[in-house]
This record gives sequence, structure tokens and C-alpha cells, in this order.
Amino acid sequence: MKRIHLPASRQELRELRAGEEVLLSGTIYTARDAAHKRLKELIEKGEPLPFDLQDAVIYYVGPTPARPGQVIGSAGPTTSSRMDPYVPLLCEHGMAGMIGKGRRSEEVRQAVMKHGAVYFVTVGGAGALLSKAITAAEPVAFEDLLSEAVVRLTVKDFPCFVGMDTEGNDIYDLADQCVSDR
Amino acid sequence: MREIEVSRIGKAIEDACGQMATVYSADIIRRIRSAAETETLPRAQSALNMLVKNAEIAEQESIPICQDTGMVIVFLKVGQDVHFTGGLLTDAIQEGVRRGYTENYLRASVVDDPLYDRKNTKDNTPAVIHTEITGGDQVEIELMAKGFGSENKSAVRMCTPAEGEEGIIRFVLDTIAAAGPNACPPFIVGVGIGGTFDSCARLSKKALMRPLDEDSSDPRYADLERRLLQKANELNIGPMGMHGRTTALKIQIEYEPTHIAGMPCAVNMCCHVCRHAKAVI
Ligand code: SF4
Repeated sequence: MKRIHLPASRQELRELRAGEEVLLSGTIYTARDAAHKRLKELIEKGEPLPFDLQDAVIYYVGPTPARPGQVIGSAGPTTSSRMDPYVPLLCEHGMAGMIGKGRRSEEVRQAVMKHGAVYFVTVGGAGALLSKAITAAEPVAFEDLLSEAVVRLTVKDFPCFVGMDTEGNDIYDLADQCVSDR
Repeated sequence: MREIEVSRIGKAIEDACGQMATVYSADIIRRIRSAAETETLPRAQSALNMLVKNAEIAEQESIPICQDTGMVIVFLKVGQDVHFTGGLLTDAIQEGVRRGYTENYLRASVVDDPLYDRKNTKDNTPAVIHTEITGGDQVEIELMAKGFGSENKSAVRMCTPAEGEEGIIRFVLDTIAAAGPNACPPFIVGVGIGGTFDSCARLSKKALMRPLDEDSSDPRYADLERRLLQKANELNIGPMGMHGRTTALKIQIEYEPTHIAGMPCAVNMCCHVCRHAKAVI
């Protein structure tokens, strides 16, 4: 199985194909509905963002609270489509990838193709397993949003599939349903 | 008449919240395991194996199966010979949910105002409560912690009597197809037929709480459940929507009397994390 270290180069991202199973390691940032709204507001006001979006990968997740001694609670993907309207703007400001679940809009496909970004999908309802691939979690911004705050995560062999590659191919539309996987 | 302290109801709810979040009911995980063995597409297999592994970790380490630990719906059946003491029943129920979520480190996912403020209530209250009065002196509590990835894909349709079985089949399959990858398949699908606009929706939620190994008590509806399951699995949505045979684990139908002019039908979509529990006091 392919291993990707994040942040990855655009060249590396271009080599990924929709449907491939990959293991991600490195740094990713959590953000979901409310955090996206705030990021957009900051960009529109021309104010600095709480983290460097250049080549960043955003994970659509709102984890459960960590128990004492845990790095993070259950941490699986939320439905990505609610974040679709923000993708073109964030891609323009450097975002290189997203992790979530479910279908994306045509607008996202265009943005991904234009900016050479990749959409990864992972398994919804596997939050306990996925939390085991998260080795560090450090709050970055919007802590008042509770589970929706932005957190910098360090991941090690985080299991995903390439959901949409830089050419706009979509895992959910693959005609050859048996490709990839090695 | 039997007196029951409302705090007992609250405690039962608190315990159930923690249990449901981390342990699949046996009938569901059994079906996921057997699907993992029969799927032939590598991606589908991979996704199902992750679910099996996830279930083991969740149970062993008390980590919620899914980070969306849901919104709580409580179905109460109260025997009319029961007298509640020690405060308001509703308060005790909400207190049970509050403690269940905060003390078990579950996610608070409820906002106070749906349209304008959308401020998190921080303790996952309020729960939605349905109460029914029955005979006897016992209280039956059934509860569910419903995730919204799948709730968002549910639908109600006022079918007409002339549409018949074919109309129901089309609506159920259309709803499943529209849910697609977003609602975390494999699904458990609750179908409520009959009643009114509102009651069929409630019925479809109740259908989700029936054990998967129990079919509808009416053989005609049981047969329809089986045919719908087969058709759903021919949609090739598959685990996580990445194609395959396992789109649904079970279709559960409940029905009730309705008006001569109507045939309301509700489809309550639920992901594989179909958390429900029951207690009798
Ligand atoms: S739909 Fe179900 S499995 Fe998917 S994120 Fe929501 S609760 Fe979890």
C-alpha cells in the first residue's frame, strides 16, 4: 500500500489515482462547518489565518472529547459535502488536500483539478480505529467551538482511499470497480 | 399503584448512553462480520474489515464507535398505574442524557436554535421524548442515539393508495440511492407505512430499534423487507459507497392504520452505527 508523507509535494499528489488505498503520515488540520465559516471570514477581511494553509491537508472531523490519557477521542470523518462551498477559496489560498467522506460537488472537482489538490476519503463510523493513527493533537484556534475547533494532528499510517485525484476522477464513479488496491 | 423515583429513569438513560456509544449490538456486528467475509471487491472488503477492527477497539478501550455520538431520542411506555416521585420526569430524562454524555466523554452535538443562533448546548440535551401510556405498573424505556450523517438523508412521502407496493418500493430505493456514500453505508433502513405525516416518521424510527434478526410479524411485510434488501444490495453502493454488495444490512418495516385517501411512507436512514438500547423499570 502506498505511504504518503504530509505535507506532500504537488508532484506526489499528481501521481495518486482515485480508488487507491493509501496510508497518510505527517501533519493535518481539523476543521468542519463552523471553523470553515470563520476561515472564510478571516480571508475575506484580509486577516491572518491561525495556521499556514500552504500545502495543508484539512480533515473534516469533530472528535469526541479525549479521556484523560488519550491523545484524542473517537475521530472519524464527517460528511464532506457541507464544506463544498469553501473549497475553491481554500484551494486558492494553498490547501492541498482534504479528508472526509461522501460525494463532492462539481465546483470541488473543478477546484481540485485547477489547483492540483486531492480529496481523500476514509471510513465513516470507524472513529475508534482512526483515533489510533493519531499520535498528537494540539489546539490551534477557535476553541470556543468545542468539537469543531481547529486542531493540528500528527498522524501515522492513517488509512484512506483517494476519493478524487488531481485529474478529477471520483472513487464513487469508477467504472472499473476493482482497480487500485495494491 | 406503584411509585417510581424519576432518578431511576435518569440513571437507566445515563448508563445506556455510555453503553450504546461504544458497543455495537450483537445482531449488527454479526452482520458486518459476515458481510466482510462475503464481499469480493477489495475496497469493500477493506472498509468492512476496518469496521470490524473498529468495533473491537471501541469495545475494548471504551472509545466511541463513531465520533458523531448522535442526538438522543427516548421512547417511553408508561404503565398507567405508575406514579412518579422525586421531581419532573422530563427533567430526570434530560439529566440522564446530560450525565451520560458528559461523564462518558461523548460528543455534544446539539444546538439550541436550529436556524439563527446554533449555539451548542454543551451536554447533548435536549433529547427528543415520545411518551405512550400503556397498562400495568412498569416503565419501558427505549432509546436511540442517532447520527445525523444518515438522519439527513431520511425522507417522508405522502404516497397514494393507488401507488401500492410498487410505489413504496420505488420510494424506499430512491431514498437509499440518494443517501449513497454520504450516509455511511452499510445501512439499516427503517420504513414506516401508514398513520399520518408525522406518525409514519416516528414509526420509521421505531422500526430501526427492532432487532435485526426479527422480521415483520406480518408475513407479507416480512417478504417485502427481504425483497427490498435484495434490491438495495443490487444498487452497488456498497460499504462507504465505494461499490460492492453490502449496501444495507436490513430493511425494517413497521405499519399502522391510515386514512382511506392516503398511504404515508417514511424512510429513516441509519448508518451501521445504529445505537439503541432498552430498559424496563
Ligand atoms: S452517519 Fe453514522 S457512521 Fe456516519 S458519521 Fe454519522 S453516526 Fe457516524
